[in-house]
Amino acid sequence: MLAWFTLILCCQLAGEVATGLLALPVPGPVLGMVLLFLFMAMKREIPEGLAQTGDALLSNLSLLFVPAGVGIMAHATLLAQDWQALSVAVVVSTVLTIAVTALVMVWIKRLTAGVTNDA
Amino acid sequence: MRDLSQVWVYLAASPLLHLTLTLIAYQAGSWLHRKSGNNPLVNPVLIAVLALVGILVFTDTSYQTYFNGAQFVHFLLGPATVALAIPLYRQFEHVRKSAIAILASIIAGSLTAAGSAVAIAWAMGAGTGAIISVAPKSVTAPVAMGIAEQLGGLPSLTAALVILTGITGAMLGPLVMNFLRISDWQARGLAMGTASHGIGTARALQVNEVAGAFSGLAMGLNALATAILLPLAWKLFF
Repeated sequence: MLAWFTLILCCQLAGEVATGLLALPVPGPVLGMVLLFLFMAMKREIPEGLAQTGDALLSNLSLLFVPAGVGIMAHATLLAQDWQALSVAVVVSTVLTIAVTALVMVWIKRLTAGVTNDA
Repeated sequence: MRDLSQVWVYLAASPLLHLTLTLIAYQAGSWLHRKSGNNPLVNPVLIAVLALVGILVFTDTSYQTYFNGAQFVHFLLGPATVALAIPLYRQFEHVRKSAIAILASIIAGSLTAAGSAVAIAWAMGAGTGAIISVAPKSVTAPVAMGIAEQLGGLPSLTAALVILTGITGAMLGPLVMNFLRISDWQARGLAMGTASHGIGTARALQVNEVAGAFSGLAMGLNALATAILLPLAWKLFF
């Protein structure tokens, strides 16, 4: 468990260092995700302990956003300035984005499934 | 026996109190979420945030003091993001089969997210700083803040809007897709991750492992797509 958690931290650390040095447009942890993925791809399996550690981290992923969420209180005055425009923009744009992304995925899958016949 | 205010001074200076409160508030939110039959509108993050903000305002505690305790939870976001590689690896065969559809839908979603947010904020008379700051709202916070800074927005306003977008997507996303009769877990996951980054991914993971894996993938690819496309589009139009 500890060894696998250390591996996860090493992936994140390597990701942070690489994005910092190369000024990459992705955050360190996302690059760390790619590195951990490559590790499993090389091993051609997910080691049992890694799966347990990762699933434990992900089982309460929502909790991890709570401190940042409380941080909104620190920006209350900034949000208050344009709150009507911003709240409509956030709600309508988020709904539109979800609809467009899901519909495009379903449509293209349907189109390509007709061609390749492997779905 | 010591005065209660002395105990309070001690507790307020130690990370224990606010760390514990964070865990309690979240579990209360989760309990209500389960009681509601996992209704997406009863969002555990929103409940916990509202409860904690109420407590902090009532006890006149600064966010900095709160964060001294909550940072231990916040820190785990990084390793958890790395761990998203695991559900992704489990689903990789399916990801490879639908690679073109995945890329097309994430790019369509990325452009919709930024374009519609900018158009609405502009039409409703928001200031330039606010318009720029809302543009990358669907992208995971560190990248969104970087984009806002690059284009001349306010990174801290963007950080707040990113969180609000995440909670909005986690609450409304399942309802929107049920309304559109989208039952494909891959499409549902991609939409959640593209529109509402990690908070949407957290909701997707709780509901279905396929949706969670595709949501984590979409979060990463949308960060990349928006970081590349948004500054280009911005130069084109302004």
